[in-house]
Amino acid sequence: MFQALANPQRFMDFSRWAAPLVGIIAVILIAMGLWLTFSVPEDYQQGDTVRIMFIHVPAAYMAMFCYACLGGASFMGLVFRHSLADAAGRACAPLGAGFTFLALVTGSLWGRPMWGTWWVWDARMTSVLVLLLLYIGYMALQAAIDDEVKAARAASILALVGLINLPIIKFSVDWWNTLHQPASIFRAGGPTMPAAYLWPLALMAFGYMALFGSLWMVRVRSEVWRKRANGLALQAAG
Amino acid sequence: MNGFWVMLRREMAMAWGRGGGPLLALTFFVATATLLPLAVGASPARLAAVAPGSAWLALALASLLSLERLFERDYEDGTLDLLALGPVPLEAVAFAKGLAQWLTNGAPLALAAPVVAVALGAELRLVPLIFLSALIGGLGLAFTGGIGAALSLGSKRGGVLIAVLVLPLFAPPVIFGAGAIEAFAGGLDWHPALGLLAAYGLAAAALGPFAMAAACRNALS
Repeated sequence: MFQALANPQRFMDFSRWAAPLVGIIAVILIAMGLWLTFSVPEDYQQGDTVRIMFIHVPAAYMAMFCYACLGGASFMGLVFRHSLADAAGRACAPLGAGFTFLALVTGSLWGRPMWGTWWVWDARMTSVLVLLLLYIGYMALQAAIDDEVKAARAASILALVGLINLPIIKFSVDWWNTLHQPASIFRAGGPTMPAAYLWPLALMAFGYMALFGSLWMVRVRSEVWRKRANGLALQAAG
Repeated sequence: MNGFWVMLRREMAMAWGRGGGPLLALTFFVATATLLPLAVGASPARLAAVAPGSAWLALALASLLSLERLFERDYEDGTLDLLALGPVPLEAVAFAKGLAQWLTNGAPLALAAPVVAVALGAELRLVPLIFLSALIGGLGLAFTGGIGAALSLGSKRGGVLIAVLVLPLFAPPVIFGAGAIEAFAGGLDWHPALGLLAAYGLAAAALGPFAMAAACRNALS
């Protein structure tokens, strides 16, 4: 499927109807998820704030999922030299950074009533913050090099370096956390999650994924268009 | 192999000419540490608590300084083109550069680290471990930093860009390095942290040159 879609024209034909379709699916899933989010009963400990979870947890999951997509696209771009893979990586980074930012902000908003503080240097939050910095580094590198092909390839190398480093960072931060603050925080919400909470969580997670897929396709499409426009401008000038 | 030694000697010799070389990094290191008491207050109890960690933070920042010139100089005057065509593989050239960066920059900083830490109020018994962890950690910092230096070739904002690319990747060595000292100070077993620090450095030295060489080839293409 990737081989077939690597052809820009075929991708454009496919995404022309796929992007809006997936977008509609995203809207439906997120609408249903949000409706359930506001209709599930309150948590006996956390009260209404538990509803933040349905926005926060899928965003945190997407933050990592997007980086995996970024790594995959970078790998394809470096190994197979597909121009579309470069465009895909370029299109993916801001979306991933957006989800990461959303996860951090909602986590902070959730932490204020629950833990009594906006920010705690606990392992998960720290490694998500580092993840955001990796996304920003990727985008900064891409923006700093004028030659587009070179910029894409340099950014791809960085994405792969980051992909190798992510588990190491995660491990080191976990290790650091056990050294510093042994279990000062635990997630409330009971030992197991009731089914009533699983449904909105799953709906939101799939909704986010569909939203990401749709926006990703839209962004890759605009990249292709931009390149074509550049080509036409060069032709007209030349 | 002969070519590698020639490269290493050339890099060591050039390190002194790279915008002041280790002296500049050392001065920066000391200057950063000087700001710490001014920022958090000079009370010995407060300073002593953060001394080893701050020394490590300043070390990570100081090791960024000479990275900008690591590849850029050769890139600008065309030497890198010749090196890419030469008999020594670009990966070996990158390895020599990383190693030279460690020896000429990381090692002097490692010597200065205990002095700075003690000046900030660290206990004397920590000195050997601070030196050792800074020396071993310097290997990881040099090779991880080298990747950032090679990637930012051909961009216009070299220095700041390298810092943005590389500082998130410095998280593990800083954690393990400062963690080893903290564990030792707290009477805990510090060997695992130092072992992990060494593992990070060796892995960076083993894998980093490939990323650096790929980035150089891309910049030259």
